[in-house]
Amino acid sequence: MASIKPAGEFNTAYEQDMRFLRNPRMIILAIIAIAVTYYLPNLSPGYLGPTLNLLAYTIIALQGLNILTGLCGQISLGQAAFMLVGAYASALLMIHINWPIWLTIPAAGLVAGGVGLIFGLPSLRVKGFYLTMATLAAQFIIPWLTRNIAPEYLGGTSGSIEVPVPVIFGVALNDPVKFFYLSFTVLIITTILTNNVTRTKLGRAFVSIRDNDLAAELLGVNLFSYKLRAFFIAAALAGVAGALKAHYQRGVGTEFGYGLGESIILLGMLVIGGLGTRLGPFFGAVTLILLEDVAIEMGARLAEIFPDQSAQLLTSFRPIFFGAVLILFLIFEPRGLAHRWNLIKAAWRLRPFAR
Amino acid sequence: MTSVLLDVSNISLSFGNNRVLHDINFAVLEHSIHAIIGPNGAGKTSLLNCISGFYRPQEGSITFGEHDLTKTPTTQIAPLGIARTFQNIALYTGLNTVDNLMAARHIHMKQNSIQSMLYWGRAKREEIENRRFVEEIIDFLEITEIRESIVGTLPYGLRKRIELGRALALEPTVLLLDEPMAGMNADEKEDMARFVLDIHERKGVTIVLIEHDMGVVMDISDQVVVLDFGRKIGEGTPDEVKNDPGVIRAYLGEAHRVSETVADG
Ligand SMILES: Nc1ncnc2c1ncn2[C@@H]1O[C@H](COP(=O)(O)OP(=O)(O)OP(=O)(O)O)[C@@H](O)[C@H]1O
Ligand SMILES: [Mg+2]
Repeated sequence: MASIKPAGEFNTAYEQDMRFLRNPRMIILAIIAIAVTYYLPNLSPGYLGPTLNLLAYTIIALQGLNILTGLCGQISLGQAAFMLVGAYASALLMIHINWPIWLTIPAAGLVAGGVGLIFGLPSLRVKGFYLTMATLAAQFIIPWLTRNIAPEYLGGTSGSIEVPVPVIFGVALNDPVKFFYLSFTVLIITTILTNNVTRTKLGRAFVSIRDNDLAAELLGVNLFSYKLRAFFIAAALAGVAGALKAHYQRGVGTEFGYGLGESIILLGMLVIGGLGTRLGPFFGAVTLILLEDVAIEMGARLAEIFPDQSAQLLTSFRPIFFGAVLILFLIFEPRGLAHRWNLIKAAWRLRPFAR
Repeated sequence: MTSVLLDVSNISLSFGNNRVLHDINFAVLEHSIHAIIGPNGAGKTSLLNCISGFYRPQEGSITFGEHDLTKTPTTQIAPLGIARTFQNIALYTGLNTVDNLMAARHIHMKQNSIQSMLYWGRAKREEIENRRFVEEIIDFLEITEIRESIVGTLPYGLRKRIELGRALALEPTVLLLDEPMAGMNADEKEDMARFVLDIHERKGVTIVLIEHDMGVVMDISDQVVVLDFGRKIGEGTPDEVKNDPGVIRAYLGEAHRVSETVADG
């Protein structure tokens, strides 16, 4: 379905068929889109700046979750905890040994990935619901640890430490517009890496575990080894996302929201965007984050109208809104926005025959 | 030509108190088509599951080259050259036809996960080479039209064929087929029989076949093993088997089906 190409366009070789950008037009469009996106925060530094940074690191965390849950079929409720690991790793490396940001971010990925591996170990024995419980354990243990061990490094019960502003080529990324050059660049890299997963041996092994683990095993896929790889990649990307978030917010700790709620919202975004699809993380993050702004706005308006309930409205409107959106999507668009997008694209290409 | 490729000896399998296979013995010769028949619940699929390392029999051995398959880790069976299809079709429903077959190239690909993520060097080379290999199988099985369709959306007969393709993509020396023609109409059965014979003749693949359609079994197999209630009750060439009084007796419940097909065999 997604494979219907515009008329007159044939693949001369499998190599070309296997490319993402199949022709010069697509390459030029991609370059323009990237350039425009880099410039976008300048249009409205007050709103687009923060929103685009938030989007960038959320999408990266979702790309990781998409590998583990979307492709490999292992539901994780611990993605926010792995973000916290990466956030601390990057901050501490910069604070204490002065590593530059371009080293601390990959290091944060490796550290978080390593922690992810530990929580993936139960996949040797259990699957499905029970494995989800292991990720839930991560979501409880990790934040608890950050509050209760090494308080001089992790901030202890205050639940936060300050994080330095990253400097690249002598430029301090001290406002959202400048920071977006970093977060968007990292997003481009993770997009390339995760898209490559889906078109190679690695991604097919993940999907074969998701779709039929018995057959996968009989076809020579080592289930445990590949599940661990999925756990590693998911946690590593969470770590990268967490590192960006920490440097962007200039602080890290449980005070900054890395709890179960965040993990669940990430899962919800992925479902809304389209589990296991390349565009799912983008659609999911953009939709929910924009809707969230609408929700906040609506909550504020309602608070003005009903001043006695203003406190409750401001705090409870968001989660209720999120729940309602998720339920509506599960009913009306259970396969996610990416699926709908593909249907629209296919219909567009088949015009005028389809309506 | 007549060396033993797969030697099943004294296999017994139980689930709790339920003895599913009793002391099964038979040998599959190289380059032969070896059928396993028997009434429903006889233990045919269980036997195939023992060969492919999914069930572990309590007793006996299954020798393949120098390996005892009953002791080989499940993931190590495919790399030895043993592929199978499933009675209830076990495709990767969310992938398209090409990717289902590509997934079976897993054991033939040497790229590591970092190369995969970078789509660089060996990874890119392998993907293209294996894609070519897989497209040949797709041509052979005449499923080019559906090569990019998500298999979960395809009709039963085509999915059976894709599953055969996926097994072929492993480049097996032994192909285990569990009722490849079940639930098909006459045309589809004929196509499937033609593919099986082609694979056998052109690629020299040894085939172990479970099939209820006696006409097909009698037509294409070299040897037949008959199971009933987990016991082997007959063995031999199709002619020997269909005249075996023990086999005929065991099939009494389904007597019509057998005598019909025996008559026109
Ligand atoms: N995993 C299992 N646990 C318990 N019992 C099993 C299991 N697998 C098979 N059996 C039992 O083993 C017996 C043989 O089943 P099997 O599927 O091998 O039969 P079959 O000859 O393939 O039948 P059919 O022609 O219906 O496919 C049945 O009684 C079945 O209930
Ligand atoms: Mg069976």
